[in-house]
Amino acid sequence: MYGKSWTSVLAVVVIGVAATVVADDDDRSGKGKLDVAPVTNQLYTDECGVCHFAYQPGFLPAASWKKLMGGLADHFGENAELPADTAKTLSAYLEANAADKSSYPRSKKMAASLKKGAVPLRITEVPYFAKEHDDIPARMVKDNKQVGSLSNCAACHSKAKEGSFREREINIPGFGPWED
Amino acid sequence: MKYMLSITGFFLSLFVTSQLSATLVDDLLQEYQKAGASGFDAARGEALWKKSFPDPKGAGKERSCTTCHTDNLRNAGKHATTGKAIEPLAPSVNNKRLTDRKEIEKWFLRNCKWTLGRECSAQEKGDILLYLRSQ
Repeated sequence: MYGKSWTSVLAVVVIGVAATVVADDDDRSGKGKLDVAPVTNQLYTDECGVCHFAYQPGFLPAASWKKLMGGLADHFGENAELPADTAKTLSAYLEANAADKSSYPRSKKMAASLKKGAVPLRITEVPYFAKEHDDIPARMVKDNKQVGSLSNCAACHSKAKEGSFREREINIPGFGPWED
Repeated sequence: MKYMLSITGFFLSLFVTSQLSATLVDDLLQEYQKAGASGFDAARGEALWKKSFPDPKGAGKERSCTTCHTDNLRNAGKHATTGKAIEPLAPSVNNKRLTDRKEIEKWFLRNCKWTLGRECSAQEKGDILLYLRSQ
């Protein structure tokens, strides 16, 4: 009698530990599921990715993309003006795949962390993003010549382009893996 | 035979690409002329390309086309802010350059505004195109 119930308790514990191990990566739910939807729009990759990492649309809410695309003449200090037809196509893609329209886990977390009515222009300003990166010292990012800024996703996230941002995929240049 | 064909195809594509860019640049030069420019000069284009302009952010900093594209157009450049690589601009090492009207116009608009703080004139664009084509 006792033996049997101890076995079931043990089984529960084992399953619990196993589940924790599988979900070690910032509580990812579905196995193999990506964090954000990868970019599938070639025009977006060509136009935006030519100057910087082609941030997945699922990192900002639709209102942010709308505001950002309306201000390309001063795009964080750069002129990134686009012909009207190109801008319109890209805006539609960005807004349709925005964080608040996505079912991918990190997109949902990004969207959920925003204060009501907040329209951040920088992904780094989204509370969930800020929280996830707040304990990384400046010497690994800002003062690290091979990284330079938190906006340089792919410098450390080896599968950033694919939409995967698991902790075990992190490799900080000059420092190596990151353990939270 | 197949090998010969692919070699021929390769050179043919090079030829076609260079012809395309020649036609496109000539078309653009003609349009700039209609807009009031005349007598384009690659040397003047090069001088403008290498000229420094004050950085509007101040602190005595300067900007020029070479800030990102380096002073050798056959080399890859680097985006001043993000550090992302920029493929060489010289058509002699990168045959995709000067083959797309929309790209040329887009980058003239963006980069003249960033570097000079204003759009470039038809004369300036023609001079620069001639300089780029010669590289």
